[in-house]
Amino acid sequence: MNKAKDPLFHIVKRDALPWYKSLGIRLIAILAALIVCAVVTTILTGINPIQVYVSIFLGAFGTARKTWITFQNIAILLLISLALTPAFRMRFWNIGGEGQVLIGGLAAAVCMITLADKVPNVVVILLMIVCSLGAGAIWGLIPAFFKAKWNTNETLSTLMMNYIATQLVAFYTIVWEMPKGSGKIGIINQNTNVGWLPEIGGSKYLLSIVVAVLVTVLMYIYLTYSKHGYEIEVVGESERTARYVGIKVEKVIIRTMLLSGAICGLVGLLLVGGINHTVTTTIANGQGFTAVLVSWMAKFNPFTMIATSFLIIFLNRGASEISTTFGLNQSFADILTGIILFFIIGCEFFIAYQIHFRKKPERRMIVND
Amino acid sequence: MESKTAAVSLRNITKSFGPVVANDKVNLDIYRGEILALLGENGSGKTTLMNMLSGIYFPDEGQIFINGKETVIRSPKDAYACGIGMVHQHFKLIDVLSAAENVALGMKGRLNLKKTSEKIRNICDKYGFDVDPDQKIYSMSVSQKQTVEIIKVLYRGADILILDEPTAVLTPQETEKLFAVLRNMRNDGKAIIIITHKMHEVESLSDRVAVLRRGCFVGDMATKETNAQEMTDMMVGHKVTLNIARPEPVNPKPRLKVEGLSVKDEDGIYKLKNVSFEARSGEILGIAGISGCGQKELLESIAGLQVTESGSITYINDDGSAEELIGKDPRKIMDMGVALSFVPEDRLGMGLVGDMDLTDNMMLRSFRNGRSMFTDRKTPKDLAQTVVNDLEVVTPGLSTPVRRLSGGNVQKVLVGREISSCPTVLMTAYAVRGLDINSSYTIYNLINEQKEKGSAVIFVGEDLDVLLELADRILVLCGGEVSGIVDGRTTDKNTVGSMMTQIGGTGHE
Repeated sequence: MNKAKDPLFHIVKRDALPWYKSLGIRLIAILAALIVCAVVTTILTGINPIQVYVSIFLGAFGTARKTWITFQNIAILLLISLALTPAFRMRFWNIGGEGQVLIGGLAAAVCMITLADKVPNVVVILLMIVCSLGAGAIWGLIPAFFKAKWNTNETLSTLMMNYIATQLVAFYTIVWEMPKGSGKIGIINQNTNVGWLPEIGGSKYLLSIVVAVLVTVLMYIYLTYSKHGYEIEVVGESERTARYVGIKVEKVIIRTMLLSGAICGLVGLLLVGGINHTVTTTIANGQGFTAVLVSWMAKFNPFTMIATSFLIIFLNRGASEISTTFGLNQSFADILTGIILFFIIGCEFFIAYQIHFRKKPERRMIVND
Repeated sequence: MESKTAAVSLRNITKSFGPVVANDKVNLDIYRGEILALLGENGSGKTTLMNMLSGIYFPDEGQIFINGKETVIRSPKDAYACGIGMVHQHFKLIDVLSAAENVALGMKGRLNLKKTSEKIRNICDKYGFDVDPDQKIYSMSVSQKQTVEIIKVLYRGADILILDEPTAVLTPQETEKLFAVLRNMRNDGKAIIIITHKMHEVESLSDRVAVLRRGCFVGDMATKETNAQEMTDMMVGHKVTLNIARPEPVNPKPRLKVEGLSVKDEDGIYKLKNVSFEARSGEILGIAGISGCGQKELLESIAGLQVTESGSITYINDDGSAEELIGKDPRKIMDMGVALSFVPEDRLGMGLVGDMDLTDNMMLRSFRNGRSMFTDRKTPKDLAQTVVNDLEVVTPGLSTPVRRLSGGNVQKVLVGREISSCPTVLMTAYAVRGLDINSSYTIYNLINEQKEKGSAVIFVGEDLDVLLELADRILVLCGGEVSGIVDGRTTDKNTVGSMMTQIGGTGHE
């Protein structure tokens, strides 16, 4: 008698979920991702997936040294993500983190090379700090200025600035080639250690981690409680509202990008002065782009970014470990990383929506999670 | 009526969004050859109910019968298959395509624009529409766009039509034209549902009214047998008075003087031409004019948001000293100590930030106060609480993004913030657009309160009846020029109406 058929399911927007439920959904997503990865691993390689997972974990935390490096890498990625975040909150799509880091690193290297033996080490380091932050800030300023003045597309201009930074580094690599013919600068001031950032707490890894923790807290306070943070939010949500209440949009754009660029410059300083003691065109290693993902996945919240950058670095280091342990090539590790990210990003759908399945007679089923 | 089968019957329709129940066991019948007016306050679930009929939402519970047969409407396509078509408040047209192309969009089969155009012309002839199928949408007026939306629905063979606040954007003349067409369609045997807040439209157009209150169906009756007072009481749930107070201005003094103000838009066309007037304290200056005649530019010039061509805007302090406002941005004007409040037309795009909560929206004007680099959220939070209490804002809490509130509540938040600074000049643009009757009267009362406190109020309105009841003086704009300034107490609708379309009016009728 009832010819009409209910659809199998329909999708309903959820109200905001309490944090523990949304966290639960995310954990379930990770679990599901691991299961799918296991199946894929077994089918494609025949290797026991448990072994693979153990190996991923060992890759990140297998030895004390590995653990330190993992945390150092997290610190660097987190710092770049934090740098991009104020711009993103303003809806200014700064994808020039790569270039801003690189130019900051180059500035530090220039100080180390040209000032060695001329001024005391303290002065060299202070100048490195100023130059790196300044260079990063300028790399942020240029696209911001064009955006503020003529409303140019910041995505393009920040991207282009990356290439300029890369080419500048390539140029100086030839100028300061060491030893000649090697095609790289080599370790700078290897004997004198001039311009090498000090080790703190007796560990060469700790400095970046401490800086990252500090910047995370400061950035959270800046974005959440300061007047500047509030202005950034208003400009990002609606420029018309900002103008309506007398916020100078151009000023906010330029100020925020100076900050964004300067923090990227700081990362460059840490990479060159603290970690690598040299500069190459690949020193940022694509992290300027990875940071976009980290910041976005964390919904631009500095504290959540700790978790997302941890996830990315963990997968990254684990992935390279399995490719060496099992003689698989890097592509397989990428497949696994891809699957896990797919689930993590995909589960956002289930946080925003719920699915109602077709009602059973008399009884109604709602699938929540 | 029992002898007729209802075109549409809704039985026990329930729909919730999270914890909010938008429709609660609604029963409603819609008949052919009848115009049904669906009434209810903002957020009472009218649009949600109609969206379920047109396949945009899917009901949580309940049944829909079309011509007596139970039907499941899963998508707008299903709705069309049942002969249901909806004209939304916000048009869903593609600007760069022509009317015919928009109509053909989404239709099955080979695209044959010639045939489509021909069919459109037939529909136009039948019901008395006036639209050129080959005209591009972007070059159309609002009322023409609406006509295209209606044709789109008819073209698909709909004989059950739903119109969501169709007159909100139309001039009185355009409204009359639309109503004539709707009556033609009714006589042709179509079932028509119209959602509107304007009582006189309900009375002049509909055959039957149905009232929703907080998602529940309250009742329906023949329009002939009811009146505006009864309908309003049903909507609100208790007795309300439908009179707008107009206290005599007390000791009016010049507050704002606009002289020879001209504004050009980006294309160099005059939006305002040599406008001069004076706004006085303790008085409401109404501004009337058809849409786009320069009201927006006028208010934004005063607020410091519009680049002006020539002229002057002076603010006169209590002690008689005058200050020029042109060339200053809103912040400078604020810093000068001029308490200027502005309720813009675009509430969520300009007056408020939709994704921010009530507290953060309250800070928009005041967040710079104090020398600390950190914001003070305590004061705005208290202010938000006061506004919520005093203006009876319906919100789950102070930390709810304002985007989630209904239109009336959004407006209350905005007006509440703007009057909290005890403005000496209060400008409002379409303060009650889209608001239900109850919220509208709350806003009128608030504006009157400000007037009695000695503010110079500039009230841009679209409803002439309201302007004539509320304003002490009415400035009529026509094509960016002052058509005249009349006394709100002695003038009438015809005089103002004719001044809106022709400088100085067309003499007296």
